[in-house]
Amino acid sequence: MCDTCGCNVTHGNRHLIEAGGKHAHTEDGGEAVEVLQNLLSENDHQAGHNREHFARHQVLAINLMSSPGSGKTRLLESTIDALQDRYRIGVIEGDLETENDAERIRRKGVQAVQITTGTACHLDAHMIHQALHRIDLDELEILFIENVGNLVCPASFDLGQHLNVTLLSVTEGDDKPAKYPVIFRTADHVLITKSDLLAVLDDFTPAKAEQAVRQLAVEGPVTLISAKTRDGFGPWLEWLGQQLERMTIRQNDTQPAANLR
Amino acid sequence: MHELSVCLAMLNQVSDIAERERAANVTRIVIRVGPLSGVVPELLQQAFTIARAGTIAEQAELLTEEQPIRVQCLRCGSECEARANHLVCCECGDFHTRLISGDELLLASVEFNR
Ligand SMILES: Nc1nc2c(ncn2[C@@H]2O[C@H](COP(=O)(O)OP(=O)(O)OP(=O)(O)O)[C@@H](O)[C@H]2O)c(=O)[nH]1
Ligand SMILES: [Mg+2]
Ligand SMILES: [Zn+2]
Ligand SMILES: [Zn+2]
Ligand SMILES: [Zn+2]
Ligand SMILES: [Zn+2]
Repeated sequence: MCDTCGCNVTHGNRHLIEAGGKHAHTEDGGEAVEVLQNLLSENDHQAGHNREHFARHQVLAINLMSSPGSGKTRLLESTIDALQDRYRIGVIEGDLETENDAERIRRKGVQAVQITTGTACHLDAHMIHQALHRIDLDELEILFIENVGNLVCPASFDLGQHLNVTLLSVTEGDDKPAKYPVIFRTADHVLITKSDLLAVLDDFTPAKAEQAVRQLAVEGPVTLISAKTRDGFGPWLEWLGQQLERMTIRQNDTQPAANLR
Repeated sequence: MHELSVCLAMLNQVSDIAERERAANVTRIVIRVGPLSGVVPELLQQAFTIARAGTIAEQAELLTEEQPIRVQCLRCGSECEARANHLVCCECGDFHTRLISGDELLLASVEFNR
């Protein structure tokens, strides 16, 4: 699978070593070398590598992020029900513990690989790479990656995905995007989930949530959706179809997703 | 919590550089962090005091240069200082802006003795 570059075997920072850097002397007689390299360059390198895999197999990779319980897995279940006849879908599930979410997806007759991170509160590019070796990418058109439920840490780690979808359920408060700007600003599509519950929640205003998202300079759509009633599924599925089309047009794209490093 | 992962990645880079430079020990590490990087400098400092033990940076200090958030408006072209949850144009109010700085997470320099 990784025939072009052996760097998944040794995690050494070869690229860094090649970089060189400007030297200077410090006041106390020591030396200083200028580096100017991303602290997560090793992860970013692996993410670029993952992107090459996706490009080679023409798979659209979508990273789903939200707080715990916002409805990522249920969204995937309903999305698979709706699209299974049209597209070949696979899922990578990230959780601290248990195979539960992957089993829920497999029950739909879809390939699913579970990553259990133990104590790590986010997925990183190396974990995704290992999971890619357990999936038959030739069989897929869309790969969903369900990140660990967490609104902080996943935002800092590029996985090689093409798109980020961030979920916000109506039970969480419409000011969430203002509280967690780092993760919401990377979204290519924000889904306001569990819309069927709006009837019993008087303090969540979808327009306010959307406004908070726009304040983060997010251009992508903000869609009110229910995985239970399928309200809002029209625009969501249409968007997925458009993204798939766009990807086939600009194949071999190895750039990071819009806002992610 | 991911500050520990970030810190370990940083120490790997620093070790590689120290080895390349044939350094005896690292005295100072300077990083540049923007508020939109998702990394909290104080948490990184805490992680560093634990993670540096037994590495070539055991005696090193970690210095963080915090970066300002700046955006450029794609409509009127203005450049503005911005806040993490308010990245719209300060002149015309449009939300179509591009981030110029504020999401950095960079290893800036490493100081050492041979
Ligand atoms: N009423 C309603 N409940 C929903 C909807 N979507 C999800 N739920 C419920 O919310 C709970 C959590 O949903 P999950 O899909 O497991 O959430 P998750 O984001 O995958 O959770 P983690 O993987 O643990 O972070 C479950 O009980 C779901 O049935 C919805 O659209 N409407
Ligand atoms: Mg789940
Ligand atoms: Zn591989
Ligand atoms: Zn490589
Ligand atoms: Zn964390
Ligand atoms: Zn403007």
